[in-house]
Amino acid sequence: MIAKPELALERPKEESLLRRLLRNRSGAVGLVLVAAFLITGLLGALGATPYPSLEQHPRDRLKGPSETYILGTDMFGRDLASRLMEGAANSLQVALLSVGLATLAGTTIGTIAGYIGGTLDNIIMRVMDIFFALPALLLALLVVTVLGPGINSTVLAIAVVYTPIFARVARGPVLSVKEMEFITATRCLGLPESRILLRHVLPNTLAPLIVQVSLALSWALLTEAGLSFLGLGTQPPRASWGVMLSESRGLAELAPWLMLYPGIAIMLGVLGFNLLGDGLRDVLDPRMRGRM
Amino acid sequence: MARYLAQRIVAFIPILLGVSILIFLMIRFVPGDAIIAMLGTEAGMLTEAQRRALEAYFGLDKPVIEQYFVWLGNALQGDLGLSVRHGAPVLQVILQRFPVTLQLAVMAMVIALAVGLPLGILSAVRHNSLIDLIGRLFALVGLAMPNFLLGTLIIYVLSVYFRILPNSGNFVSLTTDPAQNLGQMIFPAITLGFSFAASVMRTTRSAMLEVLGQDYIRTARSKGLRDAVINRRHALRNALIPVITIAGVEMGYLLGGTVIVEEIFALPGLGRLVFNAISQRDYALVQGIALFIAFNFVAINLAVDLLYTAVDPRITYDRKA
Repeated sequence: MIAKPELALERPKEESLLRRLLRNRSGAVGLVLVAAFLITGLLGALGATPYPSLEQHPRDRLKGPSETYILGTDMFGRDLASRLMEGAANSLQVALLSVGLATLAGTTIGTIAGYIGGTLDNIIMRVMDIFFALPALLLALLVVTVLGPGINSTVLAIAVVYTPIFARVARGPVLSVKEMEFITATRCLGLPESRILLRHVLPNTLAPLIVQVSLALSWALLTEAGLSFLGLGTQPPRASWGVMLSESRGLAELAPWLMLYPGIAIMLGVLGFNLLGDGLRDVLDPRMRGRM
Repeated sequence: MARYLAQRIVAFIPILLGVSILIFLMIRFVPGDAIIAMLGTEAGMLTEAQRRALEAYFGLDKPVIEQYFVWLGNALQGDLGLSVRHGAPVLQVILQRFPVTLQLAVMAMVIALAVGLPLGILSAVRHNSLIDLIGRLFALVGLAMPNFLLGTLIIYVLSVYFRILPNSGNFVSLTTDPAQNLGQMIFPAITLGFSFAASVMRTTRSAMLEVLGQDYIRTARSKGLRDAVINRRHALRNALIPVITIAGVEMGYLLGGTVIVEEIFALPGLGRLVFNAISQRDYALVQGIALFIAFNFVAINLAVDLLYTAVDPRITYDRKA
């Protein structure tokens, strides 16, 4: 009797992205940090903070960490933990909106330029080069100059800086994918160009884009905090980690926790998205594995 | 080489033109009237004739395209306009402040290379050792630590534990008193150089690791060459290319990215100038600085390309072969 060839027919089980990410050291740590950040931000956005973030406790000004105020209070007696949570919500909002905008705009521009090619591609990419000729922070500052300080300007400033980067990242893979045989095959089938682009070309360019999104989020966090620190981003009394750090400057000797905790929060957030990006790169692009 | 250089310079012209158009248009998009922006509430006291005269003086009565070409023509002759707040030509104000930023950027770069290169090389050569772990930890912290946090921390530690304030507005230039100047510049330079060192370390380490895995390194080793010679002559030289790229890019960013550090340490450089110009709505100055920085940025990128040929003789820009 001949052995059944069943085994040979079974496809190797594909591990989910999450599983593979969790087995990668950077990816796992990054994922945990980002998850913690998301939960904190969500709680902050829902107002599920120990105290209302703007509530002042005049008798408890500049109190150190205690049972009543786990991370202490600031110069108005506002609870630092609550303000950090609202700051997380604020940073997340800015980062997600700006990177979302940049991803959408950049991917559209880059994919269309790469897919159509020729003169259009040339013109679009030269225009993108112009944006690359300005240092990122300066470009962001210029956008804020034009729009005036505030959260919306910060979102747009970060989006303007990152759109050309996403355009470049999206265009590369499109250039190679569009020459592949399965694309010719879809064309032979008579599929409309828009469908080929959206259903067949775009999905094959996602890996580098996902990695870039994660790295862009970490830069967005830094930039939001930096602009707010300079007084050009989020405006007080709204809480932002950058604003809180800036407010702590004159008080550092009296109340070092005012500087310490927002600082740690920024670092963990940035680190989280960076590590997640590294992990995603390892998992999605095996050629880069172990290099960093 | 000369031909390549000429080609690259020609290729930069459209980019610089594009940048100038971009900056010019952005400033024109600033909501509100330029005269009101310049004079603030005092603009309300102008008579109609005075306002017209001012508009004519600044060329604001002409069509935007004409305004651009006038501005560009003047810029090409080194005239970037007049800074309203400083009452002096924009270029003169910029050149006054630029040495501070340049010195800061160069010092930050020296610190970054002095720390990042050896640490990156050691991390790669002693892969997975304690020093590698320390190096990688340093790289992670450097990556995640924003310079405004590090700067604030440094000032805190200096003032609380050592009772010194690095700088309180009485800036001394390098030529006046080198010792005092270096004392004022060293902490801002460390602040700027820290994350830069981390990225130099990361790049050096990963490039060295890649090169050390190549066949020709094994060949060199089987020839009996000493490790030190292999690492220095064969590995490092080839690993330097990505490091130069990253150093060049970072140098460009440093020239435009010193805003926060200059603000924290009260240094009178270009970054603080542009920040003040933005908050004081001195748009001619903002425009001039942006153009100046973009020009430097592009020039540094060209210089980096040329450096490659010095490090790697295989890269030639002449089309002989």
